[in-house]
Amino acid sequence: MFRKTLMAAAAVFALGNTAQAATEITWWHAMDGALGGVVDQITADFNASQDEYHLVAVNKGGYEDTMTAGIAAFRAKNQPNIIQIFDAGAATIINAKGAVKPVQDLLEANNVKFDINDYIPGVRYFFADSDGKMIGMPFNSSTPLLYYNKDALAKAGVDVPKTWQEFEAAAPKLKEAGYTALAQSHSPWIFFENFMSRHNLQMATANNGYDSTDAKVLYNNDALKDHWQHVKDWKDAGYYGYYGRAWGANQDAFVQQQVAMWIGSSGSFGGLRKSAQFDFGTSTLPYWKGVGDAPKSTFIGGAALFAFAGHSAEQDAGVAEFFKFLTKPETQYYWHKETGYVPITNAAYELAKKDGYYTESPDAEVGIQQLSEEGGDWTKGYRLGFYVQIREVIYREVDKMMNGEETIDAAFATIEEEANGLLKRFNDTYSN
Amino acid sequence: MKRVQFEHSAVPYLFVAPQILIISIFFLWPAAQAVYQSFLLEDAFGMSSQFVWFRNFEDVLSSSSWTRSAIFTVVFSVLVSVLSIAISLFLAVRADEVVRGAKSYKTLLMWGYAIAPPVAGLLGNMLFNPLMGDLYMAFNSFGFEFNHIENANDAAFVVILIAVWKQVSVNFIFFLSGLQGIPKSVQEAATLDCKSPERRFWTITFPLLAPTTFFLLVINLTYAFFETFGIIDVSTKGSPGGSTATLVYKVYVDGFLGADLGGSSAQSVLLMIMVSVLTVFQFRFIERKVHY
Repeated sequence: MFRKTLMAAAAVFALGNTAQAATEITWWHAMDGALGGVVDQITADFNASQDEYHLVAVNKGGYEDTMTAGIAAFRAKNQPNIIQIFDAGAATIINAKGAVKPVQDLLEANNVKFDINDYIPGVRYFFADSDGKMIGMPFNSSTPLLYYNKDALAKAGVDVPKTWQEFEAAAPKLKEAGYTALAQSHSPWIFFENFMSRHNLQMATANNGYDSTDAKVLYNNDALKDHWQHVKDWKDAGYYGYYGRAWGANQDAFVQQQVAMWIGSSGSFGGLRKSAQFDFGTSTLPYWKGVGDAPKSTFIGGAALFAFAGHSAEQDAGVAEFFKFLTKPETQYYWHKETGYVPITNAAYELAKKDGYYTESPDAEVGIQQLSEEGGDWTKGYRLGFYVQIREVIYREVDKMMNGEETIDAAFATIEEEANGLLKRFNDTYSN
Repeated sequence: MKRVQFEHSAVPYLFVAPQILIISIFFLWPAAQAVYQSFLLEDAFGMSSQFVWFRNFEDVLSSSSWTRSAIFTVVFSVLVSVLSIAISLFLAVRADEVVRGAKSYKTLLMWGYAIAPPVAGLLGNMLFNPLMGDLYMAFNSFGFEFNHIENANDAAFVVILIAVWKQVSVNFIFFLSGLQGIPKSVQEAATLDCKSPERRFWTITFPLLAPTTFFLLVINLTYAFFETFGIIDVSTKGSPGGSTATLVYKVYVDGFLGADLGGSSAQSVLLMIMVSVLTVFQFRFIERKVHY
């Protein structure tokens, strides 16, 4: 009896609470660990800043898990208001006509001032449609950076290489000093996608896939194959460490000082500062001098926030309100400082400069500088379907190039054939 | 007309109803859904779809990575089942003979049972970490050029080792109880007739364990086909070069990570057919040799 009364009281309390409480909006994201803590802080700050809406942020695992959870929820008509989708999944959600509301439309419909030029050049169009309308709100934007062990470089008497030519000159000296010169953590992202952007090479037909789902990858080109031939030669000479496809295994080799330089994400900065027991610096992604018209800016990596369709106008207004809060310079600066992801608006970048953050830690500025470098025709991004599987194909073929099971030419022929097969499937699925 | 001999009553149906309901909801319905989906090209969010007959099956069967994965799955499953059955049988026979400290031995051999496959995969991952893994270091210091990051056979060795280790304790429990179920009188009679313990094992004990062995063969193959997913996902992720990706792992990568519903449904239908054929084969041909 007592229990029943208690439950009734609880129910009444809960009901009463929602009746006067704010409109609830939900956000599914892929930020766990320390990043998740920062997301929770931003959520709490947003909820404290106003009382009309109550935002609930839920971590759904990694990027792929979050996308899968979102897909399942959407099909069950139970989707959250906001979902975080990563770069490789962008085509899947954007091409599913009617699944999301373009963020630009959503903001304008709710009288939030929107000007795409407020965003830093590198992030403006990655999640936009071919007319330049922003579909997803860039959230955690990162870029590949070179991290170097200062002691190791000093011991070998070499400077940080800006180009791969300089790297080739420095690598033997690092080997002599007892280090493997280089490792990197994400072959498809760093040594395929951003290789193309850095050298301003076209990555796929149909305007890198933005104009149509009827696209083909252009990876099977001499510049990229030549690069991988070099990587293979470096590996055989002991200048390049290949610790498999796992991000962490390659990063660990750097943290444990087996490898003198490591290419990871600008978002790795915060974590490295905690784990590395030595003095390290950051530098821009090296390029081949004389190839394409390098150096050009890199693509943004990371993910964007999408507003799912099928919610009430009231909830959508809450989403717009949250996006407004999220893009405020103060919020962006906090996010940038805590995580190492770049600030996505010019105003936030200015605020960080004015606050003296970069005089205090100059390495934190390298990522945004690289994204603000001069852009070219092929640096704004790509939009390719089934790109998650295409990355799997690349991972697989990189394994085979590295263990000598396949020649560079054969591996690239396979990548081209399988990637284009997947793109054709995607086109057949989404273009009707 | 003669009347039917037995009275039909609704009661037995009532008793099997919950089980039928569970099978329908958790197996028949999703399986039918998968078959239906395998004939469609549909975008992930379900906004549009078209019926394409066997296009998905053609795409799957013509891909070299699927063929490679299918071959690996068969080799992997046979090796994992045979090895884990053989090792656990050996351990069970030995543990059954132990007199002093029998309980401790048995407990130690059994408690691996409590470990979930992903955790086993994680342990394997640490043991074979190229920077600090004990087994990785040990193998290399013995002069093997062991490198599971690059060498497909070494990687297969790693996943098989983890999968077998995880399964041995399960099989051990069944074999041990099987051994304890053999009547003492039979064993004593055998001892009088035959001095060689090895011959006694093969002529008396093993045939009496045949029902257990057959049962374990069936569940071990199912284990190797499906449950090792967790081990592969946390250890090799199918690398190097897709050489350690089992069919289930591929279904997961294409369907759950890649959002290709039609393609991964076609793969799971093919897998379902393979496993059904295998099960029928086991019951028709191997079970005949088993005496209960």
